[in-house]
Amino acid sequence: MTPTDRGPLAGRLLLVVFMVLTVIPFVTLFSTALQPAGSIPTGVSWPSDPQWGNFADAWRLANLTPLIKSSLLIVLGVVPASLVLATLAGYGLASLRIPFGNAIFVVFLLGLTIPFESLITPLYYQVEALGLLNTRWALILPLIALYMPFGVFWMRAHFLTVPPELSEAAYIDGAGPWRAFRHIHLPLARPALSSLAILLFLWTWNQFILAFVMVDDPLKRTMAGALGAFQGRYGTDIVLLSAGALLIMAPTVLVFVIFQRQFSQALLQGAVKG
Amino acid sequence: MTSVHQEVARPGEGRVTAPSGPRGRSGRRRTRRWSHLLFVAPALAMYGFFVLRPLATSVQYSLYDWNGISASTWVGLANYRRVLTDSDQLLTIAHAFELIVFFTVIPVFLGLVAAALMHGQPRGSFATVSRTVLFIPQVIPLVAAGIVWDWVYSSNGVANQILTWVGLGGVTRPWLADFDTALPAVGLIGAWVMLGLCTLLLLTGIGKIDLSLYEAARIDGAGRVREFVHVTLPGLRREIGVCVTITMVAALASFDIIYISTQGGPGRSTMVPGVEIYRLAFTEREIGQASAMAVILMVLVLVTIIPVQRLTQRADA
Repeated sequence: MTPTDRGPLAGRLLLVVFMVLTVIPFVTLFSTALQPAGSIPTGVSWPSDPQWGNFADAWRLANLTPLIKSSLLIVLGVVPASLVLATLAGYGLASLRIPFGNAIFVVFLLGLTIPFESLITPLYYQVEALGLLNTRWALILPLIALYMPFGVFWMRAHFLTVPPELSEAAYIDGAGPWRAFRHIHLPLARPALSSLAILLFLWTWNQFILAFVMVDDPLKRTMAGALGAFQGRYGTDIVLLSAGALLIMAPTVLVFVIFQRQFSQALLQGAVKG
Repeated sequence: MTSVHQEVARPGEGRVTAPSGPRGRSGRRRTRRWSHLLFVAPALAMYGFFVLRPLATSVQYSLYDWNGISASTWVGLANYRRVLTDSDQLLTIAHAFELIVFFTVIPVFLGLVAAALMHGQPRGSFATVSRTVLFIPQVIPLVAAGIVWDWVYSSNGVANQILTWVGLGGVTRPWLADFDTALPAVGLIGAWVMLGLCTLLLLTGIGKIDLSLYEAARIDGAGRVREFVHVTLPGLRREIGVCVTITMVAALASFDIIYISTQGGPGRSTMVPGVEIYRLAFTEREIGQASAMAVILMVLVLVTIIPVQRLTQRADA
């Protein structure tokens, strides 16, 4: 047996260990969610009489129906607008010559390193001054702006891969930059756009600190923001909390499992570029 | 950067992907035009109003003593002096760096071991299953990770259950409520979140290393360790840089996990800059202090990741 034969097997075993470590917390959450309500369960123990009704209770107590609607509204407010702005700017910075183009790009790049917490205090007062506190706009508008560095960076990187000859050909045909963009570049950008859309959806849906600070009413927050409130209220009832946490996680995990190829590609690329 | 995008984004598409870096695009027709600014203007306006403006306000607030309601008083650099001399606040920064051990060192190290043992990406259904499972912590909200682990670490939780099974019943405790173990315990949550992402990134990266390099190393009689040091590590420099950057930013700017699992406690044993900013601004109403901390956190992130980027990206410049 040569080392190369042993290699992949050991590697696989290690990956299996990683997978088990990843899954254990969810197993304990699941087994806990099925225990009799109000009981004090331990770690992983399969209940003799699984209480599937706990999920229905948690659905009701967590107000999941309005919550999903609220999260969707926020996602709809953030993602399409971010895509449009980031695509236009990415195209401009990659394919057109713009006065101060490089300086503008560096300013966007700096934004990639700003932690949300560092902006949360002034943002709070700014949004308050606009009279938008406790509305979904208090999340939508800042999130669009906070995603701009990554979005512009991502789309610019895409447009740089398009051979300039394509635009030149269009210019010879008499098209301006706008028409070249609409008819040549935009259709080619679809894969980059859909990856970006997936990432922005995920980040918005899971956004916590902004939702927590800007919006008092959990029903106007994102799913993650509402989960924080749910924990605050039912934190002592571990059975109910487990069922609620699983339900609140379910939509993203479900969407992820269905689109797992696109998701993991987007996440890997997103990581490499971010 | 460009090449990675091409390779991963559309592997199957037969469209033109001639490598055209920024250098090859000095098109004569594309003159510098002010009207082209219109493409960038909307993004810049949003970014300016909701990121750059609060950024400037943050710096401004940090020079005042203000409780958010009544008039503010100019205090110069006093807020910064306090953050940098007050042992309570300095400690939050120390905690952030301690978290790097868990968020960065552990996942990158384990990911490298896995990548080295696999010698490339796993294939077939094992690949699909391992990808799906290892990505789940990246997909769920960090808030959920905090809640899950809060339960794992509790007195009746699975961590203590397993320890009892293997005969270590003596060390069981509520890990997040113990002054000595709370910070490492919180750190391990971060390691759990980051492990899958780092492993998969490094596995993808190692799949791109030229196999002939390994053959050459073997012909030269290199063992697995030397092969790892001389072929794998240099080949993965970019991916390692990416993992280190992402996880370090996550460690220094951590908020969700800690706020949900410990709120900085017990005492201040898990207090980090992110949670401290929130506490100062929205509980203590010390806006100036919070803003000084916010500015320091931004600078801290910048000065930490710039050297990492320098070291790992030089090849693409």
